[in-house]
Amino acid sequence: MRTSGRARIGIGVAAIAIVVWALAPVMWIVSLSFKQGDDIDNQQFWPTHWSVENYKTVFQTSLFTSALRNSLGISLITTVISVVLAMFAAYAVSRLDFPGKRWVLVSALAVSVFPAISIATPLFNLWRSIGLYDTWAGLIIPYLALTLPLAMWTLTSFFRQIPRDLELAAQVDGATTWQAFRRILVPLAAPGVFTTAILAFFVAWNDFVFGITLTSTDRARPVPAALAFFSGASQFQQPTAAIAAASVVVTIPVVVLVMLFQRRIVAGLTNGAVKG
Amino acid sequence: MSTLARPTATPTRRLAGEKPHLSERAKAERRLGWLLSAPAVAVLLLVAAYPILNAAYLSLFDYRLTDPGTRAFIWFKNYHVILTDNIWWSDLGTTLFITVVTVAAEFAIGFAFAMVMNKTFVGRGFLRTAILVPYAIITVVAAYAWQYAFANDTGFVDHWLGTNIDWFGGRWSALFVICLSEIWKTTPFVALLLLAGLAQVPGSLQEAAVVDGASWWQRLWRVTLPNMQGAIMVALLFRTVDAFRIFDNPFIMTGGSNGTETVSILAYRQTIGRTEIGLGSAMSILLFLGVSLICFIFIKLLRTDVGRVTNT
Repeated sequence: MRTSGRARIGIGVAAIAIVVWALAPVMWIVSLSFKQGDDIDNQQFWPTHWSVENYKTVFQTSLFTSALRNSLGISLITTVISVVLAMFAAYAVSRLDFPGKRWVLVSALAVSVFPAISIATPLFNLWRSIGLYDTWAGLIIPYLALTLPLAMWTLTSFFRQIPRDLELAAQVDGATTWQAFRRILVPLAAPGVFTTAILAFFVAWNDFVFGITLTSTDRARPVPAALAFFSGASQFQQPTAAIAAASVVVTIPVVVLVMLFQRRIVAGLTNGAVKG
Repeated sequence: MSTLARPTATPTRRLAGEKPHLSERAKAERRLGWLLSAPAVAVLLLVAAYPILNAAYLSLFDYRLTDPGTRAFIWFKNYHVILTDNIWWSDLGTTLFITVVTVAAEFAIGFAFAMVMNKTFVGRGFLRTAILVPYAIITVVAAYAWQYAFANDTGFVDHWLGTNIDWFGGRWSALFVICLSEIWKTTPFVALLLLAGLAQVPGSLQEAAVVDGASWWQRLWRVTLPNMQGAIMVALLFRTVDAFRIFDNPFIMTGGSNGTETVSILAYRQTIGRTEIGLGSAMSILLFLGVSLICFIFIKLLRTDVGRVTNT
């Protein structure tokens, strides 16, 4: 349908409004992170004097640096485990015929609606008795409840988009199912697998419920939970600007991933929910 | 067709009651299918089904972690305690309020965004990148950003509005900011889902409606929305369930004070704050039932086609 010139300007203005709406709160936290001293309470959007002091503070705070290490490690391990497990399951569901395969995705769907706090409560008790409380493994295991279902159906819909003929042709040529999977499907599915990994990473990186219920020290406490316990450089300094700086630091990797892979992330997010 | 006339292609070696014959290849495929899905399903059972069953069991005990000696089996007394307590109902009300307000706003704004994005051709990638930032940002970070923007000491909002409101001092003003932060963070996800749904509405239908003289409004309600119904319902289901579980935002902004506590925070407070494992478990089960009820309403009563996601 044709769009008139005036309508086009209207859409352009609306598009700019969306960008402002999406980025303004991020700009605000960035701006706050560069504020220092009286500027923090100046009730202005921008600082009068830009300072990197808060960044120095957070990187000298072991609470933050250890949380950053924990978050990166735990999120990456969770991502790898869930993507590998999901890859096998998604291949089975999208390519093989076996009784009960519908239930594989139905169970993933059911788990994805579980309230995290409902899982955290019994785990809090269980982890304390078996020694997993406040450990990386103690977080990786419940994180799988968040990332695995997402990975399973995102990958399944990616796999379904890959034409089956290629694998069938390979099998006609004498390849086994395993070879068809490894040599044909995996390379073709690599972008989908990568996208799924990004989405799973976002979910693990974002978790707060398990982070604060199942950890107690900087041994395993991830970033979102650490932010909630943050205090200033000294006991008497308000932590606002330091929290802002720490927030910006942990937002950078996320923004970089989004900038590099926006097209794929959108495809991964919307595939499962709208394709019939 | 007459049975007698059918040529007997396969010799009748099968006995009555025997399962249909599967070729070796089909059998191998079945085995492989089970083998490959087993690890994922086993992990799902371990990380979700087991804790929930465990919670159901613990919820029948009067059990405080700091005082394990007095642990006693008390049947459904914990549920009775919760369901006769005003705090539970007040928190449930808060949670439902946040759920309804945020999901409704996310859909209204998200749909407007989707319409704009659908028509944008210049800078589409940039627009998509921008809109993905709120989606991907850590919820706790988003909560801090909004909290500091509205706070009386650090915030600029009061200054801009020329007001002096203690936003987090009152229930409704605090809920307003909590909802705002939640809406900001999750509208992009809704907008992207709806955008994908919009792309599936056949262009020919739209053109036919234009030829028939339908107005923009009529096309929206009679053509666009009905054709996106499936995508909309799935997105609604996921967002409603997600909003009902809200925890991070109110936890950071108010800690649940001033009547902003949600049921997830209440459950957290019982289990972690007071180490009342029995009571906290019972709350977890009630939360789980709440989510199940939402799913039941969407899938059975509103006929949401979850098969769109699980379809094989």
